[in-house]
Amino acid sequence: MTADSHADSHGGAHTSTGLSNNKLGMWLFLGSECLLFGGLISTYMLYRGRVGEGPRPSQVFDIPFTSVSSFVLLMSSLTMVLAVSAAHKGDDRNTNLWVTVTALLGATFVGGQVYEFTAFYNEGMGFTTSLFSSSFFVLTGFHGVHVTVGIIMLMSIVGIMKRSKVPGSKSETVEMIGLYWHFVDVVWIIIFTLIYLIPA
Amino acid sequence: MTTETHSTTEHGMSNAGYVRIAAILAAITALEVATYYIDLGALFLPSLLIMMAVKFYIVVSFFMHLRYESKLFSWVFYAGLFLAMTVYGIFLATFHFFS
Amino acid sequence: MTNIERPASASEVAAVATPSTSLGALKRPVASTGWKSWLFTVDHKKLGIMYSAAALFFFIVGGLEAVLIRLQLAAPNGKILNADLYNQMFTMHATTMVFLFVMPMAAGLANYFIPLQIGARDVAFPRINAFSFWAFLFGGIFLNLAWFLGGAADGGWFMYAPNSGPVFSPSHGIDFWALGLQITGIASLAGAVNLITTVLNMRAPGMKLMRMPIFTWMQLVVQFLLLFAVPVITVALFLLSFQRNFGATFFDVSAGADPLLWQHLFWIFGHPEVYILILPSFGVISEVLPVFSRKPLFGYPFVVFSGAAIGFVGWGVWAHHMFASGLGPVSVAVFSISTMAIAVPTGVKIVNWTMTIWGGKLQFTVAMKFAVGLIVLFTIGGLSGVTHSVAPSDTQQTDTYYIVAHFHYVLFGGAIFGLFSGFYYWWPKVFGKLLNEKLGTWNFWMMVIGMNMTFGPMHILGLQGQPRRMYQWTEARAGEGFFNLAFWNMFASIGALVLTTGVLLFLINIVITARNGKVSPLDPWDARSLEWMTTNPPKEHNFDSIPTISHLDEFFHRKYEEDANGQMVKVKTAEQVLKELEDNADAHIHMPSPSYWPIVLAAGLPVVAFGMIYSIPIAIFGGVIVLFGAYGWAIEPSTAPDDDFDPPATTKDVVHVG
Repeated sequence: MTADSHADSHGGAHTSTGLSNNKLGMWLFLGSECLLFGGLISTYMLYRGRVGEGPRPSQVFDIPFTSVSSFVLLMSSLTMVLAVSAAHKGDDRNTNLWVTVTALLGATFVGGQVYEFTAFYNEGMGFTTSLFSSSFFVLTGFHGVHVTVGIIMLMSIVGIMKRSKVPGSKSETVEMIGLYWHFVDVVWIIIFTLIYLIPA
Repeated sequence: MTTETHSTTEHGMSNAGYVRIAAILAAITALEVATYYIDLGALFLPSLLIMMAVKFYIVVSFFMHLRYESKLFSWVFYAGLFLAMTVYGIFLATFHFFS
Repeated sequence: MTNIERPASASEVAAVATPSTSLGALKRPVASTGWKSWLFTVDHKKLGIMYSAAALFFFIVGGLEAVLIRLQLAAPNGKILNADLYNQMFTMHATTMVFLFVMPMAAGLANYFIPLQIGARDVAFPRINAFSFWAFLFGGIFLNLAWFLGGAADGGWFMYAPNSGPVFSPSHGIDFWALGLQITGIASLAGAVNLITTVLNMRAPGMKLMRMPIFTWMQLVVQFLLLFAVPVITVALFLLSFQRNFGATFFDVSAGADPLLWQHLFWIFGHPEVYILILPSFGVISEVLPVFSRKPLFGYPFVVFSGAAIGFVGWGVWAHHMFASGLGPVSVAVFSISTMAIAVPTGVKIVNWTMTIWGGKLQFTVAMKFAVGLIVLFTIGGLSGVTHSVAPSDTQQTDTYYIVAHFHYVLFGGAIFGLFSGFYYWWPKVFGKLLNEKLGTWNFWMMVIGMNMTFGPMHILGLQGQPRRMYQWTEARAGEGFFNLAFWNMFASIGALVLTTGVLLFLINIVITARNGKVSPLDPWDARSLEWMTTNPPKEHNFDSIPTISHLDEFFHRKYEEDANGQMVKVKTAEQVLKELEDNADAHIHMPSPSYWPIVLAAGLPVVAFGMIYSIPIAIFGGVIVLFGAYGWAIEPSTAPDDDFDPPATTKDVVHVG
């Protein structure tokens, strides 16, 4: 029994644990991302009361608006999981459909963030206005970049699948992107609660 | 000692099941937003944190399938999560954030 | 993929084929010899050698930086370095030694030996492996570009605010530092995911976790530490870059910020980092000591679990670097106790190593000398470390040369001695030749004497009151008596020159060994672990057939069996053991194929970084390279289709490759 890394004819990988290398790698990466976002959230927590001359959180946050965009991102997790489900069934058409919908919902979320940040800026809360504003924008900015990278990956997988150029297992690739996507959603669940809903 | 991986759809939910989960998540989100408007007094913070944790757990366990996967994945992921919570919790504590 | 097949007949010669294409335009690299075979390789052994060679280069750079520091401090009113240059020198000396020497050298050893020690043919993600190396190299070069572009980073390797801000450090040095470390951080993080997956998923049949060599175990702990620690410094470096380049005020007291934010984030990374630096060397000597004591490692499970314990408890001690920063008595007390606690698992290891040597038939090869040297010197460094854990005494010691003494004993006497032990031990495996033992002995003793001459007196200098990071000292401050600051500074500087000679002897050893070194027998040390169950150097595919493991120290147990009297007697030679693998060779071996994309993707990163300092359009261009590299990588299969191959270098082992 060789322990090499290519898929055998049964479609499964021979590994010591029986687990896929890609999946293990992705979960390890997500574990490390907890430390990244934890650091950004902690920095925000430390500085959220330091508003200087600038506006306070309660003055700028628009809870109804952010609730809607949070809901949008949450639903994108649903469509992502439907995409993975379709991919496992080998249903390329529905996979591409749900992946595209997920990307669109994600783009809606990012669009909402851009709108929200522009509004904040117009209300006198720029990146360097205060420690609160800097740490808020760094935290949500990093999250937004993660979402954007996710959207790029989603659109890429649609394009790559359409040209039948997926190396390796299609369903596993979609699943890996799915794990990343859900994690980004889960980070927002934390951000929305801790930053928006809990008053400073 | 090598084992083959199995398709994860063995334990996959039906699409209807996923929609149900999403509905639960939406409902909890609505409740969370409601706490912003309703005065819960001392219950505010704990209830909000619990709801956040429950949503987190549901997405990770069901959407990310962690509940049905090898325990190793749970270990490495939750190790990162709890390490982050502990280390950053201590960090904030040194700034008297919790007092 | 390089598809290696058993020759049907010795005279079979491969037919010519064309390489496949990626993106329709670029063909897949196929060279198996020459510089291209190194540039586009995904072979863990070649990458290991490149990591180690680059790390050695940076060791020399960092060493020269140290020599300049010691020359400046040898006499009062030193004129060799002005204050500004001095700040750059100690910042870059530390940064280079930590990030560009010890870490990548350990990565090089890990890369080369983990797959061999667990019975695998490569790592889990070979292209990510290649990417990690190139990202490290480009990041290290990027960091050092600052020397030529206005001055290197000058805030100390721990880069405390406000010195790190644009007011006190206006040159671009710190920007190069921060961005360079982000790039090397990406390399480390990717490497961590790769090696953890490799160790967990790619072990040979029967290679249970508790049968793995200790070197692999310690590296596994190190990779977990990297996985979780690198993101923390990533956050800190981003905040610093945003402050310096975009006007944020994260560490600016006048804006209401708390400079301790930086210190905490840095040391939450920084303390696990020092365990990242030492554990690989602990792993190396855990291999070397048993071999040259002709005894198994004493208390293998204890060594494993104490390593894991160090990794775990190491997260809870970081603020011992901040005892004098105004944390308050509660925090100081808590971290003082946790710091004392972490001495325990380290002590367990020292006991286990000592008990391994005890009663053994000792062979003092150079590798063994360095290993024993580590035990002694690290213990000294550990003892001064224990004195730091007592917060009141640390308050006197901190920011003095006493601390410099401590960390050089554990890092030089510990980490570096361990690495040198590994060099002498594993050189025959990697290069097929033995480093000269006589020259190696001189190398060892010069390093021991030089090290103790340089860093021993620093304990005294620190307690006499010499602060760190002080570019010059004067006669007036030197104190009274003969054995004052003046005496010990001169003594230490002479020691540094002795140390340099020792290192030079090692470099000479490498050169003369390459020229006409003794060719090594197959099993020069009568070793115990699996990496020795291969040729010198190993074939590209490592093992002709993957062995099934039934013991810890599997290779040893294939050579030796217990006789009727309970004595271990040699029943097979190494050659015979190897022949068993060769006779059962696999007919088809699939190796991952070389690729352009790792180096392309890695090359985009310093371009992005350069653009972030000087011009955003350049950064965008770098981003395009990154995206291009990522996309090409994504659609390229990890192993090329069967009609790709390289022409074989010889027809001896690998005949029909294709």
